[in-house]
Amino acid sequence: MDQFRLFPPQASTSSHEVDALFFALTLISLFFMAIIFLPIIFFSVKYRRGSSADRSNPSSGSFWVESGWTIGPIFLSLGLFAWSALAYFRLERRPANAIEVQVVGKQWMWKLQHAEGKREINELHVPVNSTVAMTMTSQDVIHSFFVPAFRVKQDVVPGRYTGIWFKPTRTGEYHIFCAQYCGTQHSQMVGRVVVMEPQAYENWLKSGEPTESIVLAGERLFHDRGCSGCHSPNSQFHAPLLQGLYRKPVPLADGTMATANDEYLRDSILQPAKQITAGYANIMPSFTGHLSEEEIMQLIAYLKYIGNQPPPSQ
Amino acid sequence: MSISISPASEEAFVGQQFDDIEQQRDAAKLGMWIFLATEVLFFGGLFLGYTIYRFTYGHIFVEASRKLDVLIGGTNTAVLLISSLLMAFAVRAAKLDQRRALVGLLAGTAVLGCVFMSLKGVEYHKDYVDHLVPRMGFKWEGADPGNAELFYWIYFAMTGLHAIHVTVGIGIMLVLTLLAWLGKFSHGNHNTVEIAGLYWHFVDIVWVFLFPLLYLVGHR
Amino acid sequence: MNGTTPAPETMKSATELVVERPGEFARENYLSIHRGVRAWLLTKDHKRIGLLYLGTILIFFLIASVAAALMRIELLTPQPKLVTSETYNKLFTIHGVLMVWFFLIPSIPTVLGNFVLPMMIGARDVAFPKLNLMSWYIFVAGGALALWSLIRGGVDTGWTFYTPYSTTYANTHVISMAAGVFVAGFSTIVTGINFIVTTHKMRAPGLTWFRLPLFVWSLYATSLIMVLATPVLAITLALISVERFWGVGIFDPKLGGDPVLFQHLFWFYSHPAVYIMILPGMGVISELITCFSRKRIYGYAWVGSASMAIAILGFMVWGHHMFVSSQSVYAGMIFSILSFLVAVPSGIKVFNWTATLHKGSIHFATPMLYALGFIGLFTIGGLTGLFLAALAVDVHVHDTYFVIAHFHYIMVGGMVMAFMGGLHYWWPKISGRLYPEFAGKLAAMITFIGFNLTFFPQFILGYLGQPRRYHIYPPEFQIFHVLSTAGASVLGIGYLMPLIYFIWSWRRGRAAGPNPWRATGLEWQTSSPPPEHNFEQTPIVTGPPYSYSAEKDVDLNLASI
Repeated sequence: MDQFRLFPPQASTSSHEVDALFFALTLISLFFMAIIFLPIIFFSVKYRRGSSADRSNPSSGSFWVESGWTIGPIFLSLGLFAWSALAYFRLERRPANAIEVQVVGKQWMWKLQHAEGKREINELHVPVNSTVAMTMTSQDVIHSFFVPAFRVKQDVVPGRYTGIWFKPTRTGEYHIFCAQYCGTQHSQMVGRVVVMEPQAYENWLKSGEPTESIVLAGERLFHDRGCSGCHSPNSQFHAPLLQGLYRKPVPLADGTMATANDEYLRDSILQPAKQITAGYANIMPSFTGHLSEEEIMQLIAYLKYIGNQPPPSQ
Repeated sequence: MSISISPASEEAFVGQQFDDIEQQRDAAKLGMWIFLATEVLFFGGLFLGYTIYRFTYGHIFVEASRKLDVLIGGTNTAVLLISSLLMAFAVRAAKLDQRRALVGLLAGTAVLGCVFMSLKGVEYHKDYVDHLVPRMGFKWEGADPGNAELFYWIYFAMTGLHAIHVTVGIGIMLVLTLLAWLGKFSHGNHNTVEIAGLYWHFVDIVWVFLFPLLYLVGHR
Repeated sequence: MNGTTPAPETMKSATELVVERPGEFARENYLSIHRGVRAWLLTKDHKRIGLLYLGTILIFFLIASVAAALMRIELLTPQPKLVTSETYNKLFTIHGVLMVWFFLIPSIPTVLGNFVLPMMIGARDVAFPKLNLMSWYIFVAGGALALWSLIRGGVDTGWTFYTPYSTTYANTHVISMAAGVFVAGFSTIVTGINFIVTTHKMRAPGLTWFRLPLFVWSLYATSLIMVLATPVLAITLALISVERFWGVGIFDPKLGGDPVLFQHLFWFYSHPAVYIMILPGMGVISELITCFSRKRIYGYAWVGSASMAIAILGFMVWGHHMFVSSQSVYAGMIFSILSFLVAVPSGIKVFNWTATLHKGSIHFATPMLYALGFIGLFTIGGLTGLFLAALAVDVHVHDTYFVIAHFHYIMVGGMVMAFMGGLHYWWPKISGRLYPEFAGKLAAMITFIGFNLTFFPQFILGYLGQPRRYHIYPPEFQIFHVLSTAGASVLGIGYLMPLIYFIWSWRRGRAAGPNPWRATGLEWQTSSPPPEHNFEQTPIVTGPPYSYSAEKDVDLNLASI
C-alpha cells in the first residue's frame, strides 16, 4: 500500500475500463498540445521580429478553417462523451447477486457491516473476483467513499441511500479515503480494503465473536419496535402487509405509483405521510429520531428478505 | 396640453460622461432593467426550492397552505396592485410635469406600501400565535411535522425577502415624494421617477407570483 | 450615437490618431489633477477606481498567498508538523474564499476593465460613475466582513460551504464569512450592470459592435454572467446563513430538506463564476497577441462569438461538479455532454490566437511572454477539463488533486498570467512610466517555470488518488508534495518581482509616452497618464480594430525608447 508509484494499482474490473479512457484522453490531449504548441514555437522562430520571413498577404480569417476547427472538436467530443458515458453507465448499474455490505459514514469513521452481521470500522474485507455492492448513508454530514485502486467513488449523503459496487481482481491492501470534505479530521477518515482469497475470506468471516446476521437483527427490530403489531395479517389495525413488497409497484393514495425500493422503505419509516399507500389511512407514526441509521438499514434488510417471499393470502 | 422643454434646462441634469439627456435616460433605464434581471434570479433560488419541495411533499404543502390567511393575503394583493396603478400615474404626472399630482401619487404609493407592511405584520403575529413559525414554538398536529415546518420556512423566507424589498421601495417613494415636493423632477427630469416605478412594479409582480403559490395551493 | 456615420471631414482611421510623442510624460493627468486622500476616496474617475481596486485586491491576494504558502510548507511532510487540522482546514478555506471572491473575480474586470474599458470605447467614463465608486465601497465592506470572520478565528467549511456541514456541524464563523461574500457579490453585480450599460450606450461615434476590441467583448460576456449568476449565489448564501442562525432550513435533512439542493444552487453560480474568472483573461490575451505580433486577430467574429457561447453554455454545465453526489445518471450524462461542448469555443480561441502568429512580426516583450505562457497553461488546463467532463474518469479524479491542478491551470495559469500580462501592457498607460523590461521578462519566465513545477505534479498525485483538503496524507505521496512546494517557492519569487519593480517604476521609471507599444486601441490615442476625462476630443472610429501591419514593423524595445 505504501510504496512510491506514478500510477495507482489496478485492482478491480472497472479500473481497467477507466484507465483505458484515461489513456485515450491523454493521447488526445498530447495530440492537441502538439498541434497548438508546435506551430507556436515554429511561428515564434520563423516570424520573430526582424526575421526575413515572407509576411505578405496575411490572412485574418477563413470561414472554412474556422468551421473545421469548430466542427472537428465537436465530433471528437461527442465521441469521447459516448465512450465515457457508456463506461459510466456500467459503473453505475449495480449487478445482481453481489456480496452486500452496509456502510454508515460519520465524523470521522466508516462503520461497515456485512450481511452475515460481521462489523468493521475503517476496514473492509472482501474476497477477490466477487462482486461487492454497498449501500451507504451518513448520520451527519456528506462524506464520500473512495477507493483509488478500484477507481470508484460515491458521495455518502445524510437522509438518502447511495450505492457503489466493485469487483476486486487482485488481492492486497488498498486505501479507502473520504473524498468529500467533512470537518476537522477529514484527512483521518481513511481506512483500507483488504482483498483476500475466497477461502481466507470465509475464515475471516467466521473468526471472532459469533454475530447476528443483518436480516435477523432487522427481524428482531421489527418485533421489538412494534412494526409487527400493525403490519401483520392478524392485526387489528389496517396496515399494508410487507411480504412480497420489495421492488414492486405500489399504488399511492394520490393516484401515482411508487416502487418499493430502499429509498421508499426508508421514507415510509421516517416520513410515513409522504407517500400513503392507496386504501390505507395515514396513521403510522414517524420513527425519525427513534432508530439509528444502522437499525434502519437492518430493518430494510429484513423487509427486503420478506419482501422477496410470496405475499400471504389475506 | 403641450409640453415644451427648453434644451438649456435639460443640460443641467446631464452627467459629464454623457453627451445628452437622451443617452443618459437610455442608460439609466437599461441599467434598471438589468438590475431587475438580477432580482429575478435572486428570487429564483427560492422559487426553485419551493418548486422542488412542492413536488416532493405535495399534499403536506397543500395542507400547510390552508392554515395561511387568504383574506389578509388577498387584501394585500389588492393593496399592491392599486399601489402599482398609482405609481404608473405618478410616472405619467412626472412626464407631464404636474408637480402636485406627482407628490400626491408618490405619497399614495408609499402609504399603500405601509398598509401592505402593516397587514403583513398582523399576519406574521397571527402565524406566531397559531404556532406556525419554525423553531419558535412550531406545532403541527398532522403527520410529518418536519415537512410542514419546511413549508413555513419557505413561506417566511419568500415573504420576508419580499417584505424587505417593499420596505426599500417605501423608502425610495418617500425620498421621491420629498424631492418632487421640492420640484426636482420638473422640466423633463422624470427619469428617476420612471426607473423607481420599474422597481415598484417588479416588487408588485413578485407578490403576484407569491400569493397563489403560498396561499392558494391549498384552496382548490 | 451608436453606428452613426461621422461627417466626412472628421473621418480619420484609428492609427492616424496616434500621438507620436515618445517619452513624454503628461504633466496634466488624472493623477495630478486632484490630490489628497479625500480626492481619492470620493473619486468618480473610473481610472482611479481601478487603482483603488488594484490596491484592495492585492491585499487579499497577499493574505490568500500566505495561507497557500503555509499549506504548502505543512504538506512537505505526511504527518502534521506546523499546524493542527483545524488550522489547516481554515487555511484552505481562507485561501479559496479570498482568492475566488476577493481576487480572481474582481481582478481583471475591476482593475483593468475599469481602467481601460471606457477608454477603449472612446468614452469619458463608465455610464454610472457614482455606482462604480459605490461598488468599490461595497467590495471593501464585504472584504472587511471576511477579514473580521478571519480575525475572530476563521472558517473551516472550504470555499464551497457544503451543507449540512456549513449549516449545522461547523463550529466556526460561517455567517460572517458568508455575509462577506454576499456583500462582495453585490459589488460584482453593480460592476456588471455598469459595464453592460457602458458598452451599449457609451461607444464613440463609428465604434460599431464588430469594431469593438475583443477585450470589450469578453468583458461584456463576463458582465452578463456576473449579473445573472451572482444573485443565485447571494440567495444561496443568505439561505445557509439564516439556516445556521435559525437552526432550521430548506437544506436540512431532518425536515426532509435536501443538502444536495445546495450544491445545485451553489454550482449554478460557481460554474459560471469560473468563466467570470477566465473570460476577461481571454480578452486580454487577444489584445496582447495582436499587438506583439503586429497582426490583425485571426477570425475576429469567431473569437468574439466564442466569448458569448462560453457565457451561455457556461450556465448549463454546473452539474459536472456533482457526478458522484447522487444526482441521477441521466442528469450526469446531459451535464457531461454540455461540458464537452463548452470546451469547443475555448478551443476556437486558442486556435485563432495561434493562427494570429502566422506571418506576424513577433516581439517577445514581457506582456507577450505572459500571453504565450497563458496559451500554454490554459491549453493544458482546458484539455484536463475534458478528463473531468468524461463521466467515468471524473468518478475517479473528482475531489482529488487532479481537480486542484486542473483549476489552478485555468485560474492561476490562465487568469493570473493574463492579469499580469495585461498589467504590464497597460502599466505605461496607467502610470505613464515604463517598468524595467529585463526584470519583467525574467519574472514572466520564473512564474511560468514555478507554476508548472507547483501544479504539474498534482495531476499525477490526483490520479494516484490523493484527495483534496487532506491535512495528513499517506507517505508514498510525499515526493509529489515536496516538488509542489518547491515550485510554489519559485512561483512566489515570480510574483514578488513585479510587485517590487512596479512600485519602483511608479516614480522612478522612464516616461513612457502616449503609445509605447504603437498599439491601435483607442486607449493609446491619448496621453499617458490620460487626462481626467480620457480624451481631449471624442475620438471617431472608422475601421476595424487591430489594424496592425507586420510588414511595416516598428521598434517596440522599451529599452531603446
